[in-house]
Amino acid sequence: MLVTRAEVEDFLFEEAALLDAWRLDDWLELFAEGACYRVPPAGSPDEVDPATTLFYVADDYFRLTERVKRLNKPTAHVEFPKSRCRHLVSNVRIVSSTEDGLRVTSNYVTYRTKGGRTETYLGHHIYDLCLVHGLLRIRNKTSFLDTDNLNEQGKVSIIV
Amino acid sequence: MGLTVPGRASDSYVVEDRQRSVFRVDRRVFVDREVLEREQRLIFDRCWLYLAHDSEIPNPGDYLTRKVGGRELIFARGTDGTARAFFNTCPHRGAMVCREAQGNGKMFRCMYHSWAFDLTGKLVARPEAERYSDNIEEGLHDLVPVALVDDYRGLFFVNYAANAIDLSSYLAGAKEYIDLTLDQSEAGMEIVGGVQEYGFEANWKLLAENSCDGYHGLPTHATYFDYLMAADGQLGNLQTKRNEPRDLGNGHAVIEYGAPWGRPVAKPVAAWGEAGAADTAAIHARLADRFGSERADRIAYNNFNMVIFPNFVLNNIMAITFRTFFPDSPGKQQVKAWALAPEEESREMRERRLYNFLEFLGPGGFATPDDCEALRLCQLGYQNLAAAGWNDISKGMGQNEQITTDEEQMRIFWREWDRRMSGCDDER
Repeated sequence: MLVTRAEVEDFLFEEAALLDAWRLDDWLELFAEGACYRVPPAGSPDEVDPATTLFYVADDYFRLTERVKRLNKPTAHVEFPKSRCRHLVSNVRIVSSTEDGLRVTSNYVTYRTKGGRTETYLGHHIYDLCLVHGLLRIRNKTSFLDTDNLNEQGKVSIIV
Repeated sequence: MGLTVPGRASDSYVVEDRQRSVFRVDRRVFVDREVLEREQRLIFDRCWLYLAHDSEIPNPGDYLTRKVGGRELIFARGTDGTARAFFNTCPHRGAMVCREAQGNGKMFRCMYHSWAFDLTGKLVARPEAERYSDNIEEGLHDLVPVALVDDYRGLFFVNYAANAIDLSSYLAGAKEYIDLTLDQSEAGMEIVGGVQEYGFEANWKLLAENSCDGYHGLPTHATYFDYLMAADGQLGNLQTKRNEPRDLGNGHAVIEYGAPWGRPVAKPVAAWGEAGAADTAAIHARLADRFGSERADRIAYNNFNMVIFPNFVLNNIMAITFRTFFPDSPGKQQVKAWALAPEEESREMRERRLYNFLEFLGPGGFATPDDCEALRLCQLGYQNLAAAGWNDISKGMGQNEQITTDEEQMRIFWREWDRRMSGCDDER
């Protein structure tokens, strides 16, 4: 697939901007139908499997859609009022490329601020990207956590 | 009754007025450091505390390290097959001996002066051993074992008080619900790889309450029921009329009830398709062969949330979770949660189970994060306790029958908490 790192970076920075702005419906549009979104337990190897390991988040496309609907409601109490989020993305690399897709990794730091506290999520993302009607789209996104646990953050109530 | 509160009109942290059907808890129990210190001494140092499941160290030489009740422990299976628990501290200068979360080996070696201990905790090697006298008493330089370690059907608990009552007596009526959970497997149940570890900005007792609180379900978890409706198109398929809390003795309590969600053991939902319906029908038929249809139905359909005093939760709901939580400070706790599953489960059924687990449970689920918010708000609210000083746990008092959305199960917890904090104990 002929896509440059700069184009991938533009795409990932746009994703981060949508998440910072809580524009989740627009964010969901970045995913190809059938896409998955996952957050495995801290310290997991890249090939970790949600069919055999207990994750924090393992959404298929249906549940990802439902997650967005949920977070858009005031009854998603943990995010009402909405927290302020800041998604920092760096070290973007295209690690492999085939005719119909790219594997991309990036490092991230995401800050979530609410009620006088700022929580930090950090780690790396692995994306499988593809082109749909000529536009970059996410086929899979897995967000790996570096922290040993979520004792300080408590939850993954935002999209990291 | 209860622990004296200096300078208060009422002399107890827990006040039960059966005549007026009022049950109240002083909010200072959630914020005072001296209450926490007393809890450590009278509760965590004296009650049976959940350590681990048998399946986490299946083979000789397997070990794990875990913090339980404020102590750092090593839990190891010896070459004789026996599981033992030790304090993870070198008898020499105190360094933590084992630094890995889990592993397999023949011995533990302290990195500081290279003292080495076998799987029974016995010192087996150290540099310049000849410089120690032969007169040193036997065992002085071994790892210190935990006073009491015992298991009920593979659930290992520790007790730091050598004179505590035995585990089986302690668990009392809770064993019935452990049995209901474990009996769904013929091969045995196992912890599924991966632990969820997260913190709550709230006192540990608030999570004990929340874990068996039927009343908060609809308001707190409205978005979860929205999701269920979208996923399954119904919220009425309960399969059981059971709806009651039960006192299981020694402060343990349970609520048992029907619910609309799917249960990986044998209550399918639409999303599992014909294959899922066939798989669960086969599991149900086998349960009926083994236990008769009445108990099979109870294992298949009945949900329960059980709190084994003080801090072990077994929730057998849309998946099975074990959960423990320990205070860091009055307003902060650390939670560990595991998923339990039958060893013989098919890959498809296991996948459905874990998918189900995450729809509700844990830091990324559609429900637990809102519990996190509820408990955080409670803890913040207690800043007002000088003016607004009491929690109310009266719901259902004075009624002929208790239901799961009443609060009797929490009153059971609080009566035991109050009894122990008043200095009562159940030593042998």
